Amino acid sequence: MSTAANETPRSRGKAPAGERIADWADGRLGIYSLAKSNMRKIFPDHWSFMLGEVCMYSFIIIILTGVYLTLFFHPSMNEVEYHGSYVPLQGQLMSEAFSSTLHISFDVRGGLLMRQIHHWAALIFLAGMFVHMMRVFFTGAFRKPREINWLFGFLLFVLGMFTGFTGYSLPDDLLSGTGVRFMEGAILSVPIVGTYLSFFLFGGQFPGHDFVARFYSIHILLLPGIMLGLMVGHLILVFYHKHTQFAGPGKSNKNVVGMPLLPVYMAKAGGFFFLVFGVIAAIAAVAQINPIWAMGPYRPDQVSTGAQPDWYMGFSEGLIRFMPGWEINFWGHTLVLGVFIPLVIFPLVLVAIAVYPFIESWVTGDKREHHILDRPRNAPTRTGLGVAWMTLYLTLLVGGGNDLWATHFHLSINAVTWFVRIAFFVGPVIAFLVTKRICLGLQRRDRDKVLHGRETGIIKRLPHGEFIEVHEPLSQEQLHTLTAHHQYEPAEIGPTVDENGVERKVPASEKLRVKLSSAYYGEDNQIPKPTVDEYKEITSGHGHH
Amino acid sequence: MSSQDIPEENLPAEQDHARGAVGVADEVNPFADPGLPPHEHRIQDIDERAAKRSERAVALLFTVSMLATVGFIVSYVAIPHDKSIFVFPIGHLSALNFALGLTLGAALFCIGAGAVHWARTLMSDVEVADERHPIEAAPDVRAKVHADFRQGAAESVLGRRKLIRNTMFGALALVPLSGVMLLRDLGPLPGTSLRHTMWAKGKRLVNTNTNLPLRPEDVAVGSLTFAKPDGLEETSEDFQTEIAKAALMIVRLQPGNIKDKRELDWSHEGIVAFSKICTHVGCPISLYEQQTHHVLCPCHQSTFDLSDGARVIFGPAGHALPQLRIGVDSEGYLQALGDFEEPVGPAFWERG
Repeated sequence: MSTAANETPRSRGKAPAGERIADWADGRLGIYSLAKSNMRKIFPDHWSFMLGEVCMYSFIIIILTGVYLTLFFHPSMNEVEYHGSYVPLQGQLMSEAFSSTLHISFDVRGGLLMRQIHHWAALIFLAGMFVHMMRVFFTGAFRKPREINWLFGFLLFVLGMFTGFTGYSLPDDLLSGTGVRFMEGAILSVPIVGTYLSFFLFGGQFPGHDFVARFYSIHILLLPGIMLGLMVGHLILVFYHKHTQFAGPGKSNKNVVGMPLLPVYMAKAGGFFFLVFGVIAAIAAVAQINPIWAMGPYRPDQVSTGAQPDWYMGFSEGLIRFMPGWEINFWGHTLVLGVFIPLVIFPLVLVAIAVYPFIESWVTGDKREHHILDRPRNAPTRTGLGVAWMTLYLTLLVGGGNDLWATHFHLSINAVTWFVRIAFFVGPVIAFLVTKRICLGLQRRDRDKVLHGRETGIIKRLPHGEFIEVHEPLSQEQLHTLTAHHQYEPAEIGPTVDENGVERKVPASEKLRVKLSSAYYGEDNQIPKPTVDEYKEITSGHGHH
Repeated sequence: MSSQDIPEENLPAEQDHARGAVGVADEVNPFADPGLPPHEHRIQDIDERAAKRSERAVALLFTVSMLATVGFIVSYVAIPHDKSIFVFPIGHLSALNFALGLTLGAALFCIGAGAVHWARTLMSDVEVADERHPIEAAPDVRAKVHADFRQGAAESVLGRRKLIRNTMFGALALVPLSGVMLLRDLGPLPGTSLRHTMWAKGKRLVNTNTNLPLRPEDVAVGSLTFAKPDGLEETSEDFQTEIAKAALMIVRLQPGNIKDKRELDWSHEGIVAFSKICTHVGCPISLYEQQTHHVLCPCHQSTFDLSDGARVIFGPAGHALPQLRIGVDSEGYLQALGDFEEPVGPAFWERG
């Protein structure tokens, strides 16, 4: 509507200020060539594409509120007597870290709000990354060319966990101190160097006088610095690769369909930052989080029941709780398997999901770029493995809260622990099998819909008395959407004799690849999508409905 | 907002079909991509009154945001920071936190809601297709880069001058060692510090809560008492580090109920003293079951039987709680008869 004004040529006077500034900047930074490809960049629309945005925005919110908190927080373990305005703790001995956190919570106006926004945003950041990662996993968005960006995202998730851990340990309250003690015990279990690592981290024996200051620099500088770099890299790659999209009419592997960055996504994504910030601020207004004054300052000889880490550390807590207390003593040394095995499984659980894209691309041997997303049902084995992994993760979360499950649901703590011990091994297997079945069932349904049309719910009685349901053929848009996915053929072992008739030794890796390939794409592991011939045969008359 | 009230003249002659839509089913391949579906106009595209309503809605949201910011400032100035209010169904809240959070939340949310509503109703919603280009470079670019690299590498003579190459690798490999070295002073070496606590022969057992030395008659059957060594004050420089090892848990059992012979020998009239620090990962154990004499660590649920040498009967702990040998001094106070014989707390490599 208002474009006409801009198009009139300016014969006199100077260009508008905005244009002059842009020209000035372009002469020095070359911004026009950057803007040429990006200003009207196309973003496809799907609700699940906002999950990554939730993460990015909560990360920004965490940085903003975190900087504010550093203005008041004292990262010191010097013992002081509390004289602030929280009456129940007056006269108590506590570290300066704890007392400055009380100061922020009770004496700085808005300080409590900033603390609560910071903490809530951290929980949402981690939850957002988890869900975002699952979205990327189940739709196969990690495939070439996006494997490296998957790893960037994975590292952000792992570093986010440790940034969260070092962050909630800073107030030096009874709950977080218990968590730090757990970490120290876990480090001590490392064979040969564990004791040394612990002494170097804590500046001597636990708790010492150093860990708050050390965690502080790790929490506010080291880890967020790396994460900021990774996040920028992540975004640059998203821009460079362009966004993925689901199959549909007009959408192909060679294009990206959606709306331009300027103005639609500028407004939508920019607005979404304020929505996320607004919602988190409202949560922080009404929902209390980490009330350190209720827990009191840390003392290594005191503890409260129901001690829980923040949710994203819960699965490591589960590992440590369900593990039997194995200990091997030999030649004057102790191998603390009961703690060390969980400490080793902890990163393995994470690495398992991180390396998956490389395993799948090895199995498929597919070197093409993939920009069209899979529907989870169309990759039954991948979906099954993903759900198995999530089952393992959630089982460990249950294990991490075994005491709360026991008290809230009036169960025996021993029974809950034994359930987790068994479910850790059995649960993922069952989840895999069930998920794969469901995927195959859904594939059959899609096949049925393509060949026989949609069930209309209209029942027709034929002259001879038979009842049939009227099926309505799908539109070409729907037919295309349901048949657009690529189906792999299971790999086969190449010829075992070369061109000279000499027998070739088949390497074990090739045999494994063929086995895995048939587990992914073999006869019973995917339902062949309908072919054009099948469709034509069924729809070409013969009175078939 | 229904389409009935759109004036006739505002309706488009026909929906937009000009965007490459095939429309008819392909005879050869019914599954072929039919192309982008025709664009459907929103009500705001064809009815200026609806567009005006959207405009007013967006402006209203932005206005509410401004008012909320004013509300934030007013709350900051007007509400005392120690005032508490009751909000149903949440309960008692800090009035200032509640007001600041809600006004800030509203101010931010309304900006976001306004922008999104604006984008959805008034900005163009025509879907456009953008072409993708392969990520990998064209063959000629690839060949050029490889050739450039080979030329650069050859000109560096790195491959030919092996002596330079090897010494450079050596220097680069060694230089980070300085950084590693600098980490040495992060902490002292462990030595035997994890094997010893403050307990020694003749040290009195002091009640952690009352700060008074304990007598045998202070410890009743069924009670759980926490003790620390005499001379360890909360104000001591190393209180936290010392109590992390020396914390003690005292219970009185019927001597006849004590199954372990050494435990009985190290007790005094059925009073036994065990380390309070869990042998799993070091949480203080604090849940005592009088009837069974079991103690449970609230962190990871390791369970120990205090009537049987504090052996592990459930959970992830790997070994029994260390026992402190106690007796009574000449004035009738409980005292330690030495340090723990084994390291307290979590197991470690050198523990043995």
